[in-house]
Amino acid sequence: MSEPGSPVIAKRGGSRAVAAFFGNPLSVAGLVIVVAIVLLALAADYVTPFPEHVGPIGDFAAMSAAPASPYMLGTDTMGRDLFTRIIYGYRLSLIMAVVVLAIATPIGVIVGLVAGYRGGWTEYVLMRITDVFLAVPPLVLAMAIMGFLEPTLLNGMLAITAMWWPWYARLIYNVTRAEASEGYVLAAETVGASTAHILFREILPNCWPSILTKMTLDVGFVILMASSLSFLGLGVQPPTPDLGSMVAEGAKYMPDAWWLSLWPAIAILLVVLGFNLVGDGLREAFEAEG
Amino acid sequence: MTPILELDRLGKTFEADGHSVVALADVSLAFERGECHAIVGESGSGKTTIANLVLGLMQPTEGEVRFNGVKLPGLRSRQQKRAIQLVQQNPLSALNPRRSVGASVRLPLDVHEIGPSRERAGRVAALLEEVGLDGEMARRSPRGLSGGQRQRIAIARALACEPELIVLDEPTSALDVLVQARVLQLLHRLRVAHGLTYIFITHDLAVVRAIATRVSVFQKGRLVETGPVEAIFSDPKTAYTRQLIGAVPVVTPEEAKLRDAIRAGSEAAGT
Repeated sequence: MSEPGSPVIAKRGGSRAVAAFFGNPLSVAGLVIVVAIVLLALAADYVTPFPEHVGPIGDFAAMSAAPASPYMLGTDTMGRDLFTRIIYGYRLSLIMAVVVLAIATPIGVIVGLVAGYRGGWTEYVLMRITDVFLAVPPLVLAMAIMGFLEPTLLNGMLAITAMWWPWYARLIYNVTRAEASEGYVLAAETVGASTAHILFREILPNCWPSILTKMTLDVGFVILMASSLSFLGLGVQPPTPDLGSMVAEGAKYMPDAWWLSLWPAIAILLVVLGFNLVGDGLREAFEAEG
Repeated sequence: MTPILELDRLGKTFEADGHSVVALADVSLAFERGECHAIVGESGSGKTTIANLVLGLMQPTEGEVRFNGVKLPGLRSRQQKRAIQLVQQNPLSALNPRRSVGASVRLPLDVHEIGPSRERAGRVAALLEEVGLDGEMARRSPRGLSGGQRQRIAIARALACEPELIVLDEPTSALDVLVQARVLQLLHRLRVAHGLTYIFITHDLAVVRAIATRVSVFQKGRLVETGPVEAIFSDPKTAYTRQLIGAVPVVTPEEAKLRDAIRAGSEAAGT
């Protein structure tokens, strides 16, 4: 027995979201860019023409060579192939983004869930700490942390992580506040479910759309932040290929050796753009899902 | 026999911005086992405050709530929580959109470890069938289900706790008339079959006349009148109750048919 008008043959939420995502040409373009960059970065050892140029030594016969065969994007001042170094730079940037987000997201999400659901003093303490971090401009905070740490890849990631989690705490706090007033949370409470169950099994699944969208958008921003730090000389050190350092290094030779800065800059632009398009597409797709 | 639930000089005052608002004052009321006790009154009469106090979602500022003769503490045991369940007004928000229907109904079974875990899926299907749904619905998402179907699922979830008392907070007010009649029939059938006690909170006196055995009328946080449903409707003692009843038209032939059908537990009514 069912209610009148019940056989609603609606598409399930998930497939509606997928359809909305792939129906948007910009999201698809973003996805193509992201997938291409990730595949290139993963297969860097095989797809780059001069993998030995990752180190300090290049082709001394072709230092600062303009784009021409066999160096299609030109070489840097040490005679190293720019294309090779950009692909390896992508690999480093992506590893950094994944590590930073893998640490910052769970911390921020747990803080946001607990503060949003418990309220009262718990909320007050957690959210004021979050606000302190949010009040300082992110790059300044990261620079301050890097100021008293060794400029290494690991410390760079630590500095960026320290300023990234509060954004997740703030986002998930707001989502949790809204979800906590929903009837299904009240139902779980009256049934006698534990706080852990309510936070992680009832509310968290409803935060996933917000988390996934923000993480995708953030991959681009973390890469940009890491590049900014290394541009300022506070991040990854030579000879490790890093997109930000390459732009900084090449800027000294502008405009004569324009390729030194231009290609790495375009590479940063492309990866940030790709992840942003995918992030925007995801947000719209989740909205379509309702 | 001890009443299943007693409110003893119960009071609740809210403090806000230096003002205090009395939501409930000096309410003493007993609920007998197996009855469907309607709580009626206008908005702001204290109906929802009673529900929240009975469910332990807020603490009284005066008096106490006794369940089977025992005072309910501020922090209730699992057993005490399990015994008193709730069916909410809005079936659209009562189910988690990101969990399957089966997961929602199974939750109480897992929380209270009711039955061996390998038999719980079967128990979920049996509960869904008991409220008139297909057991296969357990695998579906609540999205795309009608209000009536969702309310039946919420009722199945409450039943899964094997409660003694269910607080029904306007359970049919968000449903259209036809669906409302069927859900009321279901509720009546379950009460008789499981020996449940209902606290039925509503402002719809036609529904009260159809399903309740006793009625308590509230106004501005105070109990105005209480008694068997026939007595209250045929011979209201206070002007306020007369006024409330006067706002409802006399029993129409359709309403009488619905009431008789619900009381008879017939599945034919409302169609």
